[in-house]
Amino acid sequence: MKKYSLNMLLIVFAIGLLFAAHFRIIDSYIQIVVMTIGINIMMSTSLNLVNGNMGEFTCGHAAFMCIGAYISSILSVFCFGTKFGAPLLPAASVVIVFPIILLIGGAVAALSSLLVSVPSFKTRDDYLAIISIAVNYMIISAIENMDFVGGSRGFQGMKDTVWAMIDIFDGPWMLFWVINFTVFTVWVIRRFISSTYGKGVNAICQDEVAAEIMSVNTNKIKIINFMVAAGLAGCAGGLYAHIIGYVNPQSFNILKSTEAMVMVYLGGMGSLSGAIISAVIFTGLLEVLRSQAIVDGLLSPITFMFPDWEPSAGVIKWVMIPLLLVIVMQFRPEGIMGNRELGDVFPKLKKFYRFK
Amino acid sequence: MAQTLVQTDSTPVLEVRSLTQRFGGLTAVNDFNVKLLPGEMTGLIGPNGAGKTTVFNLVSGFYQPTEGQILVDGKLTAGFKPHKVTALGVARTFQNIRLWNDMTVLDNIRVAQHHWLGYGLFHSVVRSKRYLQREAEIAKEANELLEVFDLQKFADELPKNLPYGTQRKLEIARALSTHPKLLLLDEPAAGLNSSDVKDLIRLVRWIHENFDVSIWMIEHHMDVVMDLCNQIKVIDFGQTIAEGTPDEIRNHPAVITAYLGDDNI
Amino acid sequence: MPSRFQRFTKENPVDFIIQNVLNALQWGSFYALIALGYTLVYGVLRLINFAHGDIFMVGAYISFFVAGFLLGPIVGLSPVMAFVVTVPLTMALTSLVGVTLERIAYRPLRRKGAHRLYVVITALMCGLILEYSNLALLGASRLKFPELIEKQIWNLGGVTLTNLKVMVIVAAILVFLFLQWVVTRTRVGMAMRAISYDKFAIPLMGIPIDSIIVVTFILGSGFAGLAGLLFAMSYPVLEPFMGMLIGWKAFIAAVVGGIGDIKGAFVGGFLLGFIEVGVVSVFPSTYRDLFAFTILLLILWMKPSGLFGIPQSTKI
Repeated sequence: MKKYSLNMLLIVFAIGLLFAAHFRIIDSYIQIVVMTIGINIMMSTSLNLVNGNMGEFTCGHAAFMCIGAYISSILSVFCFGTKFGAPLLPAASVVIVFPIILLIGGAVAALSSLLVSVPSFKTRDDYLAIISIAVNYMIISAIENMDFVGGSRGFQGMKDTVWAMIDIFDGPWMLFWVINFTVFTVWVIRRFISSTYGKGVNAICQDEVAAEIMSVNTNKIKIINFMVAAGLAGCAGGLYAHIIGYVNPQSFNILKSTEAMVMVYLGGMGSLSGAIISAVIFTGLLEVLRSQAIVDGLLSPITFMFPDWEPSAGVIKWVMIPLLLVIVMQFRPEGIMGNRELGDVFPKLKKFYRFK
Repeated sequence: MAQTLVQTDSTPVLEVRSLTQRFGGLTAVNDFNVKLLPGEMTGLIGPNGAGKTTVFNLVSGFYQPTEGQILVDGKLTAGFKPHKVTALGVARTFQNIRLWNDMTVLDNIRVAQHHWLGYGLFHSVVRSKRYLQREAEIAKEANELLEVFDLQKFADELPKNLPYGTQRKLEIARALSTHPKLLLLDEPAAGLNSSDVKDLIRLVRWIHENFDVSIWMIEHHMDVVMDLCNQIKVIDFGQTIAEGTPDEIRNHPAVITAYLGDDNI
Repeated sequence: MPSRFQRFTKENPVDFIIQNVLNALQWGSFYALIALGYTLVYGVLRLINFAHGDIFMVGAYISFFVAGFLLGPIVGLSPVMAFVVTVPLTMALTSLVGVTLERIAYRPLRRKGAHRLYVVITALMCGLILEYSNLALLGASRLKFPELIEKQIWNLGGVTLTNLKVMVIVAAILVFLFLQWVVTRTRVGMAMRAISYDKFAIPLMGIPIDSIIVVTFILGSGFAGLAGLLFAMSYPVLEPFMGMLIGWKAFIAAVVGGIGDIKGAFVGGFLLGFIEVGVVSVFPSTYRDLFAFTILLLILWMKPSGLFGIPQSTKI
């Protein structure tokens, strides 16, 4: 019984959250923060598959989030929205169709990962960085040229799907879906990576030549790994789009990719629990630094000397976060967890969980 | 002297015909031919830069030959990537040990079964019956192999923490876990001290007698080659300059010239 | 405003092509100057200095403040004199920024023998810090660069040419020739090339590796600063993120040319200029980035080591 303690704890926690959200014990701001944590966990753990477990250096993960966001938003509007004409599907089916829409968004994102995974066969790490950055820019640029999805002005209308769900039952639907998909993401990644099949990814990272000679089909595994990572990022994008109700290509540019990278390298390459922990810390930091009061407090010695300067929290945030990562690189480059998992650092915890 | 366990009437484990490899203006391998039968233990020797490792790289599929054909177990391996050649039955070790240093010893053996896992992404995520069954089988076989090689006690250890000689043994064990018909050993004695070399000779001989595998080895340690191999091929500047039994090679004038140089220089 | 196609029918096609070639050369000069910096640092340190595009931006801003100061009441130089003084001053100060970055962020990691990846991440983060520090300190309002050199327009046949355009192109060519000379004929240049082959042997040969690296950054950052000044003069609106897109593109151009090779950076930069101007002359300008990145990627796919690069293979 003890072995399922962590699982039970998580279920209780999730139900508690949903409860609190439904009965307005926690307000919508906190709900959004929680949902952002979930999405960030999805982004950092999925990028970790590629940058951590496989040891590649890609810098364009937001491209997949973008594709997932747009595809699922378009489908959403076709099925339940009014922007492209009458909704195609009855509103009652939304509870079943919405996750399918998200998964389709993820699937398209997974397919698009071929743009980066196929070049990775022949190239060294620096080159793959360039290719991934270029793909990120290309996808954004392509969408900006597509007027039927709003181009650079952005796209909206998918909120109708969320309203359709609320019409069925007035509850915290998006929180519900975020929790489910976050758990799904971690579950898929954990099971993939801990199997002997998934360990082929680590083998490629540690010695690709040996992996190839020891019967690992390195090209195929690279493709599959990229697809899993991109697919999950695509689902995260779909969720993001439906929470905000509006997407814009520039939301998925190199800055968003950098956010994902910061989380991965902060948490420790290859460590699943590290990626989760750093996603939580990172989101927390972003929220803390959003408060102008706190930023003013932190910068008070400087503003004391230059009283005319009024730093804006939104901007200072993006000075402090890269600075944090620079400091991490200087003093603890392996990140919070290194390449170990929580169970390796605290062996006693292993008593309380068993992830099959 | 090595025992002769050769089966002369069966399909050659490896047949190489007119193998030529050119890198730009340099001809690394020139019209190389070899036929290895099941059960043979052959040596490939030659001075540094003679092209020995290039031949191995060609046979294992890392390079595609400029000319010539390679047949493993009677099947052409033209254009095959290394993992496919391994699937056909050729396993290989490297001059500089290439173990996966951040994975346990047991995992090193298990991951080498990758081609024969019998399940893919879906099953590993869903943890189906097929997955559980295969994982149990693979773990069992891996543990048995470790026991056979007396490495069982290191199963959860990381290879980088093991002594060099043990790492070498592990690399060979990992190669054997792919059930090869042909085992390519690239300078297995490199970096070993004299007592480890003696252990290596014993190990390779024991493998040859107990596993159904043909062994082809590149070596610079003459005592290893002369002791173990029943046939030796000598190569210099990418071309075969001599072949025969250890005794024949020992006194072959071309071989001596290749290694020690000409009196007339 | 007449579309390019309308102009096409009014002008004769030769003029159209020559005009675009000149535009491409000017546009490519900026890329070439920035790409040279990437390639120098990569050639010596095997480091993608992701902050380099932002050093270009810093150079542009430095030139703005220097020029403003020189034109102002305290010094009160004439615009032409201000220009003459701004050039070396901008280059020197931008070099200082680059060297400081190296000292504070990259050198400690190098000393520790840290994995290359960590230095690259640090570089990426430093770029962000530069961008957002600028935004935080100077605000989001764009700055207008003062006019230092009076624009002279020459009309040769149907082709218009400005003195500024000529200056930019000439500057790029001169810088290329200078760097080629440095790398092939001077001892410092030889040391730079030697470091790229074998970093560990160099100190053993009595060459102070840190000093060579500092020289590399001085050269790379200085020329990025020059590019920043010239860009600011050509397109006088400055904003904190002006280095981001240009930086990425110049970097890709350097890689396409063959990273580590100065010829490659130069050719890559001009190639990118031609691609972009070519695309915009035919398609709507929103397609520019898409085409540029796609074509560059295709080239990289066909020749992964770049046009002038030497393929690097792992010894098996």
